[in-house]
Amino acid sequence: MAQRRLQLEIYRYDPNDPQTAPRMDRFEIDEEPMMNLFTVLTRIREEQDPSLMFDFSCRAAVCGSCGMLINGKPQLACQTLTQTLPKKTTLHPLPVFRHVGDLGVDTGTWFRTMYENIGSWVHTEEEFDPQAIEQRLPNDLMLEIYELERCIECGCCVAACGTANVRDDFVGAVTVNRLARFMIDPRDQRTNLQYYDVMGTDDGIFGCMGLLGCDDICPKEIPLQKTLAMVRRKMAMTGLKGK
Amino acid sequence: MEKVLTDVLVIGGGLAGERAAVEAAMRGCDVTVISLIPARRSHSCAAQGGMQAALGNTAKAEGDSVDVHFNDTVKGSDWGADQDRIRLFVEAMPQVVRQMDHWGVPWNRVVPGKFTFHKRGQKHEAEDRQEKAGLITQRDFGGVSYWRCAYTADGTGHTLLYTMDNVAAKFGVKIHDRVEAVALIHDGQNCLGAVVRDLRDGSLRPYLAKATVIATGGFGRIYGKSTNAIQNEGTGCIIAQDTGLVPLGNMEAIQFHPTALVPVWILITEGCRGDGGYLLDRDNHRFMADYEPEKQELASRDVVSRRMIQHIRAGKGVEGPYGQHLWLDIRHLGRRHLETRLREVTDICRHFIGVDPLTEPVPVLPTQHYSMGGVRTDIDCAAYGLRGLYAAGEAGCWDMHGFNRLGGNSLAETLVTGWIAGTKLCDYIEKDFDAAFAPKLIEEAVRAQQARIDGLIKGGGDENVYQLRKEMEDALLDNVHIFRNGPQLEKAVNELKDLHARSRKLKLESHGKWANPELSMALKLPGMIRLALSIAYGGLKRTESRGSHYREDFPARDDQNWLKRTLAYWKQPDDELPTLEYEAPVITESPPGSRGYGESQVIPAEGKK
Ligand SMILES: Cc1cc2nc3c(=O)[nH]c(=O)nc-3n(C[C@H](O)[C@H](O)[C@H](O)COP(=O)(O)OP(=O)(O)OC[C@H]3O[C@@H](n4cnc5c(N)ncnc54)[C@H](O)[C@@H]3O)c2cc1C
Ligand code: SF4
Ligand code: SF4
Ligand code: FES
Repeated sequence: MAQRRLQLEIYRYDPNDPQTAPRMDRFEIDEEPMMNLFTVLTRIREEQDPSLMFDFSCRAAVCGSCGMLINGKPQLACQTLTQTLPKKTTLHPLPVFRHVGDLGVDTGTWFRTMYENIGSWVHTEEEFDPQAIEQRLPNDLMLEIYELERCIECGCCVAACGTANVRDDFVGAVTVNRLARFMIDPRDQRTNLQYYDVMGTDDGIFGCMGLLGCDDICPKEIPLQKTLAMVRRKMAMTGLKGK
Repeated sequence: MEKVLTDVLVIGGGLAGERAAVEAAMRGCDVTVISLIPARRSHSCAAQGGMQAALGNTAKAEGDSVDVHFNDTVKGSDWGADQDRIRLFVEAMPQVVRQMDHWGVPWNRVVPGKFTFHKRGQKHEAEDRQEKAGLITQRDFGGVSYWRCAYTADGTGHTLLYTMDNVAAKFGVKIHDRVEAVALIHDGQNCLGAVVRDLRDGSLRPYLAKATVIATGGFGRIYGKSTNAIQNEGTGCIIAQDTGLVPLGNMEAIQFHPTALVPVWILITEGCRGDGGYLLDRDNHRFMADYEPEKQELASRDVVSRRMIQHIRAGKGVEGPYGQHLWLDIRHLGRRHLETRLREVTDICRHFIGVDPLTEPVPVLPTQHYSMGGVRTDIDCAAYGLRGLYAAGEAGCWDMHGFNRLGGNSLAETLVTGWIAGTKLCDYIEKDFDAAFAPKLIEEAVRAQQARIDGLIKGGGDENVYQLRKEMEDALLDNVHIFRNGPQLEKAVNELKDLHARSRKLKLESHGKWANPELSMALKLPGMIRLALSIAYGGLKRTESRGSHYREDFPARDDQNWLKRTLAYWKQPDDELPTLEYEAPVITESPPGSRGYGESQVIPAEGKK
């Protein structure tokens, strides 16, 4: 395969500098085998424009730092090989989240607020007993919890969600998934009614239109469709019984 | 000037930092954690394999005990570690794993019945007992006598960090992300917090605290090729060393992990070999069985990495587009195993290099992975040199790892040292804290950092930031790697000395304003070069081989002259080299002996060969 010269159109805007209007900057770079967008962006910063802002950390698709719109689709940049892209690629920051600069967005504050809103931890009255052995739990259940816990909070599902894009009070699939993780964990002693209080609303599961943009996009293949359905069913039942 | 006041400042939101923060918050302190990135994205989340604790639940762990864990760790360290810490550590670990379980980690559990596993190239069978059903199960790892590594598939760091961060939210720990500590504030005796740069708008703020914890993780990124996340640039160690008072311990002790993915250097967990994976050469031969008949692929990491390079030097490497490499073969573990217990690994190979480990072997090479050295502390995790300063996790040199850390002992250490640091700093605040936050001192500390920033923006230099960084990386990669020798170490020291001088004349290519990333790099680069110098110079002076520090010109472990820890100070800002001092490791139970694997030439303490 002849080597391509990739063209990147990158969104540029620094909120610290409101005088300068947002613009698209174009960069070119020679493609190499197995090149991914982490390599591309790092090289552009080091060799062409050291002011370019973007976020990476693990560069291995496990930390969730590098979600961005790649040709309009929310994806992890580090995991995107250039060989899967056309010659010309556009990059934008994720929508919904507060913009930090160029391709960077503030997912930290968004997620931290989410933990506080839904109580993203195991709620239990039991004290930890340092002398006791651990609670016996079935391995299959642990794997099931892990399946939901694998979410890396990249925000791609939120960026892809039609509802979240027009309603900033909508919690998004990632939040539903997080709460589901606790619902199936026997160590969490919350009742369905307590879960209903945080999720059984129009900002919560009942705001979801069920079009599953989220499920299609998730780079970690979290079973969002299944999880949304499970939580919707549980919350609907609880709503009926509760009233 | 805007200030942040808090009882406890924790620099770093990884496992160690958050564990310390939670402990202090549970004791009623006001705690602020600062982090470069959202806490959950800290590098701890990338740990795959698991965490060591002598629980003895699975059939293959029967007979294990804290004493065996102790001995494995001492041998792993090549007797370079402090044994009083190791004792404390192994005793604490079962409880630490169970506390994380209580907080919500979905540890994989024992399923009673027969199971098969691969070891030493063969398939074996064992049976888990009914009475252990549902308890936390464990896998095999390198350099250990029993299966001791508790895990959640191959996403152990992820589940631990998410759980820890959940608990931090529960206890109301404040977390400020996208900020960077650029200097410690101290009065020569007491640490009083840090000068912090906001990575959203570039402003500086002092964070004032009675106790400060450095939990900034490893510094692998000063080696350009590393399994570490890109934030692991060692700034926590830099700001400690910059005080001139706090030493960094054993900086020359750098771990190279046998299996990083070529050419992206993403880690492929030791769990692959723990679960029965093989290392193969160009002839598809399992060469580790020739070099290490007993432990084979599961000797300690320093040994396996050396054997791999040795084998490549013997002409047995596989020729690839990026030079020579070897193969990691996990095909025989089967689809179910690869898509459940080694799922992240399988995904990484498929997504990043287009190789399916189910049907093809994976190209690997030993790569920088872990920093045994760091901010030297006492057994309470209190840093040498300044009161009120603590260190925990990979950034610290509490020193339970000596010259080689065992796989799975690091996640474990983050939680133990975080816990200890959190406890001890509360005691300190309650009983011993008596320092004043003199406004002049604080203003001066901030002004000094502002002057550096202004100087860089104003310009005047002519050195390119990224060019210099690349030269620093190359100096280490070429000369301070797995096999070391005098002339090459000398060369690295000279090159780095020159780079250090040049780093005073940096020139920004971009405007440098606000959260400018080039400015961020320019601010830390001189400190990174000082860390590199501490590694190279410490390595040059250490004329022996111990653990991961292997000198071709001094191949024996020399207990007569070198049973000691290096302490690297940077006493004056203008110094060209670190000042090295030495201290003996604490040996309480196990006198230096044979590791039972590796090259094992030893000059004993009494001087007989
Ligand atoms: C790929 C990989 C896999 C691993 N797998 C295992 C394993 O299976 N088992 C095991 O035991 N160990 C493993 N390790 C080692 C282990 O994961 C790390 O040693 C450990 O997680 C380090 O945790 P930490 O809390 O010390 O630091 P980190 O998790 O690295 O956190 C550092 C924190 O400090 C912050 N920070 C840094 N500098 C500053 C600054 N100047 N100002 C403000 N904040 C700052 C960062 O933002 C981050 O929050 C692995 C390591 C790697 C690289
Ligand atoms: S559910 Fe998937 S897409 Fe959404 S935040 Fe988690 S990993 Fe990202
Ligand atoms: S299914 Fe619900 S959460 Fe998912 S994208 Fe549609 S509206 Fe959003
Ligand atoms: S950098 Fe961590 S997911 Fe891409």
